[in-house]
Amino acid sequence: MAKTKSTQKPVEELSYEEALVELEGIVESLEGEQSPLEDSMKLFERGQSLAAHCSALLESAQLKVQKLVGESVIPFEEETE
Amino acid sequence: MQPTLFSSNHLTISQFTFRVRKLLEGDSELQDVWVEGEVSNLSRPASGHIYFTLKDKNASLKCVMWKTDAMRARPNIQEGAAVEVHGKIAVYEPQGQYQLIVNIIQPKGEGALFQEFLRLKSMLESEGLFDTESKRPIPALPKKIGIVTSATGAALRDMLNTTRRRLPFVQVILAPSPVQGVEAPPALVNALQSLNKQNPDVILLARGGGSIEDLWAFNDERVVRAVAASKAPIICGVGHETDFTLCDFAADLRAPTPTAAAELATQTTIDDLHEQLLFHSSRLTFLISRLLADQKAFLSSLASRLKYASPERRIQSEYQHLDELSRRAFSALTHRIQLQSANVDGISKRLQALNPEGILSRGYAIITRVEDGKVVSKVSQADGKLNVRVSDGEFEAIVNRKS
Repeated sequence: MAKTKSTQKPVEELSYEEALVELEGIVESLEGEQSPLEDSMKLFERGQSLAAHCSALLESAQLKVQKLVGESVIPFEEETE
Repeated sequence: MQPTLFSSNHLTISQFTFRVRKLLEGDSELQDVWVEGEVSNLSRPASGHIYFTLKDKNASLKCVMWKTDAMRARPNIQEGAAVEVHGKIAVYEPQGQYQLIVNIIQPKGEGALFQEFLRLKSMLESEGLFDTESKRPIPALPKKIGIVTSATGAALRDMLNTTRRRLPFVQVILAPSPVQGVEAPPALVNALQSLNKQNPDVILLARGGGSIEDLWAFNDERVVRAVAASKAPIICGVGHETDFTLCDFAADLRAPTPTAAAELATQTTIDDLHEQLLFHSSRLTFLISRLLADQKAFLSSLASRLKYASPERRIQSEYQHLDELSRRAFSALTHRIQLQSANVDGISKRLQALNPEGILSRGYAIITRVEDGKVVSKVSQADGKLNVRVSDGEFEAIVNRKS
């Protein structure tokens, strides 16, 4: 498995997509069963962290709405019904 | 006109009216005619038929739209409105009236607008703006969604609610713009261009329902060209399901309503993401469990093999062998000793039987010559002093007489 840049970043700093891609990579790697046991265990732990991180991101997601005024983007106040 | 004093040709009212009817209904132009005027005396009774009068400055014309046509067309008609209608003239004999049987009612000007729509459509189509090959796919999981619509109004609210429900994860940027009126087309073009500078993954172009005039900005050539030229793919959701604007044709995807546009932009929902995550987590756990179980089994079998091949076992085995040999040796030896013992016993007894001492007790004596200790077994040997040994001792004797 090629080591991608994201495997060196702390899990909390990864975006959802980065974390998910790495997680998929780990699962594929473990399916291949080539790594020594210790490496596999480390991969598993990282995989678990990634899954937890993704889950947390999904849970806490809030729609972020902004408005374009001229060229700049500012927060948008939605009308309440 | 001077009436003649005597009429030569009387007609009945029926005949007269019939003649009028034939005249009017025989005129092919009046059987397939468009007229325009202002609506008055509008009546829509429970029967479902629509009665009204169309008038201009100098004249009026009674009209009727029958129920079947009215229900199919659901025309937009109001008292005082300027309309264009299509129909044919008919004469209602009992009342001596002519009326227009109407099958199409449109707000005035709509006919002209529709022609313009067709003209533009044909022109832009031949330029290739609507080609299916140039339509781009909508990203399955957008990170940034752009919206061009009015900042007030239901369309925006519906789209935001839909997006929030399906993918609260995503970032939304609104480029507000008027969506009708003369100011709309340049504002829409500007909104699309500015929004594209923010690099959204997809843009939603939307407005709520309305008449063809309300929606006209989305048929404006400038807007349609801006849609075709947009860097980000565009989902167009203008009006209701049956409304088609030129922007719909130029867009990468058409949605029947603004809500549907938001749904099409969020093909992957947060539920899908949860499910996907769960799948990976489960797979991860399963794989590692299996890996550990395999390792355990392997170790276990190694341990067994090790144990089986260990010196300890070998030593035990050897001890056992040794014990076995010892036992056999001992057993063999004992047996031999026993045999010998029996043998010796036998010999001993035999020897015992041959023991001269035994013979002595029976009265025999052992005679030896004192001189040289030789045993006297013959008379010729008996000379001088003799030692006589009997069962309980010895004595000396001299030979007196030989026979």
